[in-house]
Amino acid sequence: MRFLDYFRSNRKTSASVAKERLQIIVARERTTRNGPDYLPMMQEELLLVVRKYIQVENDAVKIQLEQEGNCEVLELNITLPESAAAS
Amino acid sequence: MATVIVITSGKGGVGKTTTSAAISTGLALCGYKTVVIDFDVGLRNLDLIMGCERRVVYDFVNVIKQESNLRQSLIKDKRVDNLFILPASQTRDKDILDIEGVGRVIDELSESFDYIICDSPAGIERGAFMAMYFADEAVVVTNPEVSSVRDSDRILGLLASKTRRAEQGGKPIKEHLLLTRYDPLRVDKGEMLSVEDVKDILAIPLLGVIPESKAVLQASNAGTPIILEGDSDAGQAYDDAVSRLLGEERMHRFLEVEKKGFFSKFRLFRS
Repeated sequence: MRFLDYFRSNRKTSASVAKERLQIIVARERTTRNGPDYLPMMQEELLLVVRKYIQVENDAVKIQLEQEGNCEVLELNITLPESAAAS
Repeated sequence: MATVIVITSGKGGVGKTTTSAAISTGLALCGYKTVVIDFDVGLRNLDLIMGCERRVVYDFVNVIKQESNLRQSLIKDKRVDNLFILPASQTRDKDILDIEGVGRVIDELSESFDYIICDSPAGIERGAFMAMYFADEAVVVTNPEVSSVRDSDRILGLLASKTRRAEQGGKPIKEHLLLTRYDPLRVDKGEMLSVEDVKDILAIPLLGVIPESKAVLQASNAGTPIILEGDSDAGQAYDDAVSRLLGEERMHRFLEVEKKGFFSKFRLFRS
């Protein structure tokens, strides 16, 4: 281990921040890229449907298509605001 | 049959044209009959980097529109045998490129050349699609910087879906990563993504690493492909990359800080 690393150890370098950010965004873009073309549109429509009943944020509806063995799983995740659950 | 290689990146300014000039010149130096085509219709620059801007008479679009033939339009390089340049049009719109026209030109060139190098424009519009469509291999030029890496990943997605090989379900395009403007000193300090970082993210084989070098600008000032500057680090790194493209195994150089000053000795001591 390098001497200077002792002082640096609790501070992330900007390169490692860059790598982490890239890994996340690239992974996300790859799933939408390989998925069917209708996914983004379906996501938008679902958001509109949810919004008819509950006021949610723009990013409240998340869709993910995953391959599990020879089975495709469409995962739909809707985050409700705290107040909506109460009313 | 020629091998068609696209030099692409998505992002602009990362070194596509510099790389196209260097790789095509390198292949020609190895004895392969090579033509390099500028696909950046409207913004041609390959002619300047190759130093033949004053010899352009007809261009790629003239050939596509059959206003001139290939023999009239190809510019023979004055320094290297076997090397020809097909410049882009400066005046036309990029939408003039179409699959039939470009395909016809590539087919005709295929009859007499060993390598066809396609210098792609930046972006993911028509010019970039046309440059990659007929490719057998792709050199993805990337800078160790977030936006360039992200765009390269995007381009890899397009290479796997929007090209002739992808559409016809044949062998996938052979992909190569070329990391340019690499600064080992900044990588050491944790200020720049390392070769390993970029390889981890993009997950394609590494063709070469070109160090950040003053020689590149100087070569472009003079209109000399950097690979002809055999004394420069960047020139040598491109020479290695061309050898690897031809299947030769070569050690990667210029990945470590070169200067052997007091501090680097100190570091050796403590590691």
